[in-house]
Amino acid sequence: MYRYDEFDAEFVRQRVAQFRDQVRRRLLGELTEDEFKPLRLMNGVYLQLHAYMLRIAIPYGTLSSRQMRKLAHIARRYDRGTGHFTTRQNLQFNWPKLTDIPDILEELASVEMHAIQTSGNCIRNVTADHFAGATADEVADPRPYAEIIRQWSSLHPEFSFLPRKFKVAVTAAEKDRAAIQVHDIGLHLKRLAGGGLGFAVYVGGGQGRTPLLAKKIRDDLPEADLLSYLEAALRVYNLHGRRDNKFKARIKILVHEIGAAAFSAQVEEEWQRIRDGALRLPEAEIRRIEAYFAPPAFASRVAKAALRPADRAFDRWVTRNTHAHRQPGYAIVTISLKPIGGIPGDASAEQMDRVADIAERYSFDEVRVTHEQNLVLPHVRLVDLWAVYQELKAAGLAEANAGLATDIIACPGLDYCSLANARSIPIAQRISERLSSRQDAIGDLKIKISGCINACGHHHVGHIGILGVEKRGEEHYQLLLGGSGAEDAAIASITGPGFGPDGIVDAVEKVVDRYLELRTDEGEPFLAAYSRLGPAPFKDALYAAS
Amino acid sequence: MPRVEVTLAAIAPSTRRAEGAPPARRGGEERIWRDGAFRRDAWVRAVDGEPLPDGPVIVSRKRWLAERDALAARNAPLGLLIAAGEPVDDIAGDLARFTLVALDFPKFSDGRAFSTARLLRDKHGFTGELRAVGNVLADQIPLMRRVGFDAFEVTNAPTRCALAEGRLAEVTLHYQPAGSLDAPAGTRPWLRRSA
Repeated sequence: MYRYDEFDAEFVRQRVAQFRDQVRRRLLGELTEDEFKPLRLMNGVYLQLHAYMLRIAIPYGTLSSRQMRKLAHIARRYDRGTGHFTTRQNLQFNWPKLTDIPDILEELASVEMHAIQTSGNCIRNVTADHFAGATADEVADPRPYAEIIRQWSSLHPEFSFLPRKFKVAVTAAEKDRAAIQVHDIGLHLKRLAGGGLGFAVYVGGGQGRTPLLAKKIRDDLPEADLLSYLEAALRVYNLHGRRDNKFKARIKILVHEIGAAAFSAQVEEEWQRIRDGALRLPEAEIRRIEAYFAPPAFASRVAKAALRPADRAFDRWVTRNTHAHRQPGYAIVTISLKPIGGIPGDASAEQMDRVADIAERYSFDEVRVTHEQNLVLPHVRLVDLWAVYQELKAAGLAEANAGLATDIIACPGLDYCSLANARSIPIAQRISERLSSRQDAIGDLKIKISGCINACGHHHVGHIGILGVEKRGEEHYQLLLGGSGAEDAAIASITGPGFGPDGIVDAVEKVVDRYLELRTDEGEPFLAAYSRLGPAPFKDALYAAS
Repeated sequence: MPRVEVTLAAIAPSTRRAEGAPPARRGGEERIWRDGAFRRDAWVRAVDGEPLPDGPVIVSRKRWLAERDALAARNAPLGLLIAAGEPVDDIAGDLARFTLVALDFPKFSDGRAFSTARLLRDKHGFTGELRAVGNVLADQIPLMRRVGFDAFEVTNAPTRCALAEGRLAEVTLHYQPAGSLDAPAGTRPWLRRSA
């Protein structure tokens, strides 16, 4: 894991002091709310329906046990005992007091954490594959590059007042767990023809009210040129992105309006001018940052399985919630934060402490947060799986549903969010309850729910997506099918007329039933069946009978 | 909601610069922060279509393009005002004629002039005064300095106080170089330099 040196620590300390002063000036009235808003947003402070919300950065989703314990402590002391893990691999607290926030930031700084750039029109917290550094299918660990981008983008003087927010995601595997094609910039770390490492660069993806998949504008960017190329792209966007309409201000609209070729040409011209300047990454620097992410001291010879009682629930959990590790004798474990009928992504302070304990004992002190609102223990010995399972079960964290129909992404929705038109969480809870008994038979299925068109619940890339809208003062839900945020990225299509809060749960079930009827066999997942069959049979199931 | 409402209700009314009030045209008062002090403004901002006053004058990009020869023939210092989003690449060859370039921030949240400043300094080598005008506030000034601004037209009262009293809330450590004027020292060229 990356560790702060004196520079990083002093930087964050100064940032906390700066924000403390900004809060003081706001309370004195020296800053208007209009003036304060972008300042607090750059430090992750939102004003929600009921209270302020603080969003804490978890860079590329990597946490130590010590950091997780601090989050639990903050949840207890400053919130109501719960934290909410988000689709940005971050953590949100929904009930902090504005006057407490500088103290919370100081607590975070004591464990090398912050809330810098978790919101606002700036370069946001960088995300990455949550299996990075552990999975068998990557060319290298993408996190050193994410860390380099984190540092370069922190309080960047030129890019702190962009037209709109800017999200960067990095993956190093062909199987895309970081959803790079729906980010402002997506980076795919790969082996270049010459043998060195470099990136395919995707630009202009995004969700919101205008969902667009990113365009690949470079296939062979050498690693040394990463920052100069990003700076060139950000400069073109900062100068030319639209500022007349907030809903057309993301880079995806610029790329769409002028075309990927024209955008790419402008970036290329600027990049050629600056690529040999101060931003060129020296090989030694990349390797220095990389050393922080060196693999832990894996045991070289470990048994494949320990003696344990026959337990079908455990077998199910192993099947669903573990993933192949690159080190023989180890597995990657997904800790589901989706108990049946629960709130997706929520964890109590006690659960956070338990996860910290388990990670310390069984996973080299490391936890990951996924953009699917789950946690991950990246390095667990196969012989320890039974013990880990038992401990997770005791903490209410052993739901065996990773990737299944009840592993639902949902935004906070109208229960918390001032932008929402409809509630997301209760819909997720009811779908979870409805499908739980059949989820193994249904197989891989990603259901994603947003409470408004801003799409924080990623409904555009759900195999089944749900969008909450307001219709004549009532909560109403549109159903979308066929989306994907992975390497086969696709934007889902609306099926037809929407449904009420009860009807949408029935509608999801009808779609699932029709899939079960029509799939070739159990080996054909929902998305493959949908691609083969098209929307017609599903629309028929939804609308013909009525 | 109650807790937040109470907090916000206790806050004094806005002390923001009066909206719509045009900045004074002649620099009678000391509105320009430069080299650590407020100074009288020797420059007059010309209004498009009206006759030019004597002395140092700042003209719009539009006027410069329309009246280039006449303006170039004047025997007084010339300044150029670039509105947010206006290009500078196409007038790069003219920049040496200007003693001052003013970049406008129509709203503090409109960050285009940060990039324009970098183009002027790093790409076109402009070495004259680079002045931030418009909605110039305390929390943006440290960032403006780093991209090459060296003068600030400040009307916001709390910002003026903060500058005068030397208490800008600033992060003095920088993770990234920001142009040739901020060239990094030491062994980590892409990273880390204090102010």
